[in-house]
Amino acid sequence: MIRSEQIEPCAAAEHSGAWARRHVLDIEDFSVPEIELVMQTTSAMKEILSRPLKKVPALRGKTVVTLFYEASTRTRGSFEMAAKHLSADVVNMTAQASSVTKGESLINTLNTIEAIGADIIIMRHPLSGAHYCAAPHVKANLVNAGDGWHAHPTQALLDLYTILNRKGRIAGLKVVIVGDVKHSRVAHSNIWCLTKMGANVVVCGPPTLLPEGLKTAQLLFPGIGVETNIEKAVKDADVVMELRLQKERMQSGLLPGLRDFIAGYQLDSKRLALTKPDSIVMHPGPVNEDVELAADVLHGGRSVVNDQVTNGVAVRMAILYLLAGSREQ
Amino acid sequence: MKDLIVKNGRIIDPANNFDAVGDILVRDGVVKQVGTTVSAGPGSEIIDARGKVVCPGFVDLHCHLRQPGYEAKETIATGTRAAAKGGFTTICCMPNTNPPLDNLPLVEFVKSLAEKEGAIRVLPIGCITRGRKGEELSDMAEMSGAGVIGFSDDGNYVKNARLMKCAMEYSQPLGLPIIEHCEDPDLAIDGQMNEGIIATRLGLCGIPNAAEEVAVARDILLAQLTGAHLHIAHLSTKGSVELLRWAKQRDIRVTGEVAPHHLTLTEERVLGYNTAAKVNPPLRTKTDIEALIDGLNDGTIDIIATDHAPHSLNDKLCEFGAAASGISGFETMLGSLMNLVATGKITLPLLIAKLTSGPGRLLGGRFGSLTPGATADITIFDPGAEWTVDSGKFISKGKNTPLQGETLKGKVILTVFGGAVVFTDDVKTP
Repeated sequence: MIRSEQIEPCAAAEHSGAWARRHVLDIEDFSVPEIELVMQTTSAMKEILSRPLKKVPALRGKTVVTLFYEASTRTRGSFEMAAKHLSADVVNMTAQASSVTKGESLINTLNTIEAIGADIIIMRHPLSGAHYCAAPHVKANLVNAGDGWHAHPTQALLDLYTILNRKGRIAGLKVVIVGDVKHSRVAHSNIWCLTKMGANVVVCGPPTLLPEGLKTAQLLFPGIGVETNIEKAVKDADVVMELRLQKERMQSGLLPGLRDFIAGYQLDSKRLALTKPDSIVMHPGPVNEDVELAADVLHGGRSVVNDQVTNGVAVRMAILYLLAGSREQ
Repeated sequence: MKDLIVKNGRIIDPANNFDAVGDILVRDGVVKQVGTTVSAGPGSEIIDARGKVVCPGFVDLHCHLRQPGYEAKETIATGTRAAAKGGFTTICCMPNTNPPLDNLPLVEFVKSLAEKEGAIRVLPIGCITRGRKGEELSDMAEMSGAGVIGFSDDGNYVKNARLMKCAMEYSQPLGLPIIEHCEDPDLAIDGQMNEGIIATRLGLCGIPNAAEEVAVARDILLAQLTGAHLHIAHLSTKGSVELLRWAKQRDIRVTGEVAPHHLTLTEERVLGYNTAAKVNPPLRTKTDIEALIDGLNDGTIDIIATDHAPHSLNDKLCEFGAAASGISGFETMLGSLMNLVATGKITLPLLIAKLTSGPGRLLGGRFGSLTPGATADITIFDPGAEWTVDSGKFISKGKNTPLQGETLKGKVILTVFGGAVVFTDDVKTP
């Protein structure tokens, strides 16, 4: 474990062996040691957050820009808080969704933000892979705060940390991801991260909201299961993670309606009883209360939804810290 | 005009079922004599084609020259020169320009531009519907009078089945095919690539094979109903090949084409959000490629057409979802397909047939042969020449190729159009 005293700017060089990346675009390409390093660093950050004075100078003099092409409350706030705990200067920029496909190109926008003086750019973008397109053209560190249906790496890392914190291990746990798996970058990154760390992942949702090709993708995602029946899916689960359902799904004909989704896929106390007695309930937020999670489950003793939010700050501090270190190599 | 003599090449002319080493004599821009030894008269131009393949100039039934409207992507001047470099002497350009070619003056405009600025023969295709909007028929008869070789809303599927039926009925007495971009727009909505695990992995919306196949099936049945000639553009799936085979067994008037990239590249090319591999229909799977090759071999698929779709740098240097679809294909066509010959998937004469007599037949047999008396469109290529794809050296304005940096075997070294050399690579012409 990294002790908190080490979390000073000069300590960054110590990670050069396990941490060589300049950007965090995805979780897919993280090695297990890299993920473990993030977990250890997160623990150190949690310790900092428990101090009366929650601030260390690791990113002093650095500028972190959050660039969000999509609305976000918690992710943006979480990153901003994380950067501020590390003493970075934070600039929040909101881009118009309309400029995504028209007008200034993404690469030009990022180069402009760099020219303004950004050292680290945290970007959310509605199009999958936007960060991949941008990364080769930017000198700043780029952090993916969510892209399209594709990835949300820091969410997967904070979920992993939360599970690890509660369960003490990942390998062999049954983790069930329920809901709109197809359109969920949270689900996609969690599938990568959790299967990599040895969890048995089962995704569950209505057939129209399940991604194609998962069942036969055992090489990519060892042990993954796909299930449309929630009772079967959550049986003996250690972790149940419900995903946010977007209203558009009903309008586009993927679902008959909310009532149907609730009847089929809401985690209520009856379904929760099918899981292991010490199971935990997760949700990336924001929760549609009484849709994905019954209110009593959301606010009940098994829910770790608030832990996820708190851990999110620590995970993002860890990522920013590790990136700032890599930058000085 | 001096006589042109091509000596000692392996002449492959599928239209005449000819495959032997020999000479070709071209006089006054016309093929005069094929096969037997030609003795050079004084002042005649001699091309030594020893070790090379000599065949009719390639005919491309499907390309995008972008003019008028998208001159940053391509022009008739650059597109035809790129095509000549690829061994083509006749190319048919799709009407999805801006404005679209849906009326007589626009067709005449493109024809006159091609005559003035083009290096080779350009045959325009007219729109099926006005503005490619799928609402009302374009001026099909008028455009037919101006020499369009078929009708297509390429890029768009004519979604209204009744309108498609009318278009087929209307085109029939004109003797011209309906060239259909078969893709159900609802099934393909928001689609970025082939549906499957790769799309899932990349978080991109997938286009299922069925998006193409339901459209192919509908149009085959409408062709059966109307008796019109349906030509299906850029087939990409196994199911489409099976449907086409079914139709041909029932003597429905239907033909089909396949693009080089659909015969050689799979969806894995998209990994890493490679926008150069974004194309519509999307790159599919090995299973589809095998079925498409089977379709070429058993005659189900008549034609190989490039679907040359040039784009500017910024059209592709962006987010995958915002990137334009299409591959700049003229200059890599032969090199990429010769690998199918090298690996024994298809024979060299079959490849040449699909590039010459196949499309030639659809054009009424006017092009794509070395029949004495035919206009002298001749391509000479070196089947063994290795070269590395460098899009910076493309003549086409479209540098968008997924083959950048790859080594291909098979290179066009000389293209003769109407008896005149319009492209030459490294061969010495005395």
